[in-house]
Amino acid sequence: MTHTISLLVENHQGVLARISGLFSGRAYNLESLTVGVTADSSISRITLVCSGDDNVIEQIKKQLNKLVDVIKLTDLTGLPAVHRELALIKVSASPSQRGEIVQVVDVFRGKIVDVGSDSMVIEATGSTEKIDDMLTILSAYTVLEIARSGLISIERGKKIKKVLKGV
Amino acid sequence: MKSGAAMVVEALKAENIEIIFGYPGGVVIPLFDILFAEPDIHVVLTRHEQAAVHAADGYARSTGKTGVCLVTSGPGATNTVTGLANANFDSVPIVCLTGQVPRSMIGNDAFQEADIVGITRPVTKHNYIVTDRSALPRTLKEAFHIASTGRPGPVVVDLPKDILTEKLDDQYPESIQMRSYNPVIKGHQGQIRRAAELLNEAKKPLFYIGGGIHIADASEVFRKLSKKTGIPSVSSLMGIGGLPADNPLNLGMLGMHGTYVANMAVSNCDVLFGIGTRFDDRATGDLATFAPHAKIVHIDIDPSAIARNVTVEVPIVGDARQVIEELIGPCRAASIAPWLEEIDGWRNAHPLNPDAGGNKLSPGMVIQAVSEVFPDAIIATEVGQNQMWAALFYNYRHQRSLITSGGLGTMGFGFPAAIGAKLGNPGKTVIDIAGDGSIQMNIQELATAAQEGLAIIIVILNNGYLGMVRQWQELFFNKRYSSTCLRKRAECPPACNNPGDTCLAYIPDFVKLAEAYDAVGIRVTKKEEVIPALKKAAESKNRPVILDFIIEEEANVWPMVPAGAAISNMLLGDET
Ligand SMILES: Cc1ncc(C[n+]2csc(CCOP(=O)(O)OP(=O)(O)O)c2C)c(N)n1
Ligand SMILES: [Mg+2]
Repeated sequence: MTHTISLLVENHQGVLARISGLFSGRAYNLESLTVGVTADSSISRITLVCSGDDNVIEQIKKQLNKLVDVIKLTDLTGLPAVHRELALIKVSASPSQRGEIVQVVDVFRGKIVDVGSDSMVIEATGSTEKIDDMLTILSAYTVLEIARSGLISIERGKKIKKVLKGV
Repeated sequence: MKSGAAMVVEALKAENIEIIFGYPGGVVIPLFDILFAEPDIHVVLTRHEQAAVHAADGYARSTGKTGVCLVTSGPGATNTVTGLANANFDSVPIVCLTGQVPRSMIGNDAFQEADIVGITRPVTKHNYIVTDRSALPRTLKEAFHIASTGRPGPVVVDLPKDILTEKLDDQYPESIQMRSYNPVIKGHQGQIRRAAELLNEAKKPLFYIGGGIHIADASEVFRKLSKKTGIPSVSSLMGIGGLPADNPLNLGMLGMHGTYVANMAVSNCDVLFGIGTRFDDRATGDLATFAPHAKIVHIDIDPSAIARNVTVEVPIVGDARQVIEELIGPCRAASIAPWLEEIDGWRNAHPLNPDAGGNKLSPGMVIQAVSEVFPDAIIATEVGQNQMWAALFYNYRHQRSLITSGGLGTMGFGFPAAIGAKLGNPGKTVIDIAGDGSIQMNIQELATAAQEGLAIIIVILNNGYLGMVRQWQELFFNKRYSSTCLRKRAECPPACNNPGDTCLAYIPDFVKLAEAYDAVGIRVTKKEEVIPALKKAAESKNRPVILDFIIEEEANVWPMVPAGAAISNMLLGDET
């Protein structure tokens, strides 16, 4: 099963290498990993999506928690949370195809952010599934390049430890 | 104003570090320079950086204090990797200071540059590179704190040369708070109660102790718990000595080379109570058939060690000593006479047999003689058959009395570890039980031991083979002794599996080698010479001693559970 895990980590040199090294060294499945600094510049938030059976997920969480730089781990799977991914998709688009593509993009509430003579770039945000769905539809055209950000997630509501407020 | 190097020495003193194991080089000269005139810190110059880490490791395992090593950048640092991995696997507190090229040169493939933080990341508990002189005191404090608390482990602190020379007016902190690192020490009360209930209700309870017993200094309280409950125990290799070997409740080591009674008890118990152990595959054998009738209780300070390999009924995260202390009250004396009777049946059916047969010395009997002459020694071991014989036939009585490479199985560990152990315990007899192969992996440390005046006794069980591998080849590879005969010469037939007394002499001659290092060397070939040789070794006061015991070449370690089999499925060595 796929889990989305949110980590608050010390913004130290090498922390990303520790986490990716943990996944490669122990042969865990890592599907995506994003990192960004929080309102407290000494703390970064990492969102990672990983998969495995229950035992593996349990071990992944324990091993992550064991890393000295990990301050807090939350498994967002099953919790009320907002999940978003950003994708930039470049499709081949002749002038006659543009109209259709714009319609598809509108259905998915995406944006056209660049139009060239024979291609356009679409910006889409949403759940991973939504972006996957959009790509399936767009595959009717020639997709030239895709850049996906990986998932970022945040828990809903305002329960948060005092020390970590604002992060 | 103090230089970074001076700050490092201030930190060592504040942490009560009396001894460090090191090897100098270009970038760490400023640090060695201060240590030259430092009366409170004894710097032991090993002859290889790997040995420096193993020595720090042996010092730490035998004393419970943190071991410290200091090496230069590049090759000095990369030479520590095996030592660090070894210490990490066996949870040994070490702070390893590595020199690094100046900050401005990092990343430029500078002379003797190595990304040691990158290289050691997966084999340390944590590591640092200090990139800001002002961060140095806190970083060192964190390193010592992390190394020695929770599940201990090695921590590397990489020190660029210009950090060592930069001056700042600062102080080493007295204490430290880390928001991201707070190991759980106290066990969950409800879980402790449940564990006690399970034990009290069990008909066939069994303790299974691991290295955590020693690390937590829990041997004494465990002995109380054992005495009060009357429940028998098995031990992993690392747990040996937690309970005296001759205590009737001690069934010995379980696992691949465990005793028959230990493996049968595990396979038949109804509650298995693990303390400070990883349920490692060499101990459990086939997991599907491991302790098939048992509910498992598991105490460990490392949550990731719990329920990793086996399903655990009652997990308890915490320090073994504290949790055991809390268990003594609610645990009752067990009325388990039928279970103890069943156990005695197994014990008597297949006791360990020290006699390997043949005309040469039996390794088991040599170890029993060591045990008789040196009943309170600290035993370090190398890896292979020698390690298993040392585990099975020496009568361990004390906490931290067996220093052995459990997780990594590092040949060449024992001797440098013995050096560390001897320096940490000058009043005790320290013996390295060695194989003729392993001892050659760090033999250069004879110079260190000789010059430090350490009367360490090296007991070589010389079978002329990489014996443990040969044993597998004998049993599972049709006796094809590929690259395991240590007597093989250029002139030998390519596929010999039957060396004999007509072979050319063994190289090296360990007795002459001892003499070259100003150590005592004695070769022992006959039974009646064994005890006198050991007594002779005991007379050495400040010179290392090599005892070269020429043992039965093809002696095997029994019992043996073939890799991947159930541990109840033992080869006992008496099959024809
Ligand atoms: C550094 C290292 N290399 C290889 C091995 C694999 N290995 C395990 S036991 C063994 C043989 C050890 O031979 P020796 O020291 O003579 O001990 P014996 O088994 O003969 O007692 C070997 C090669 C190892 N454990 N460590
Ligand atoms: Mg050998």
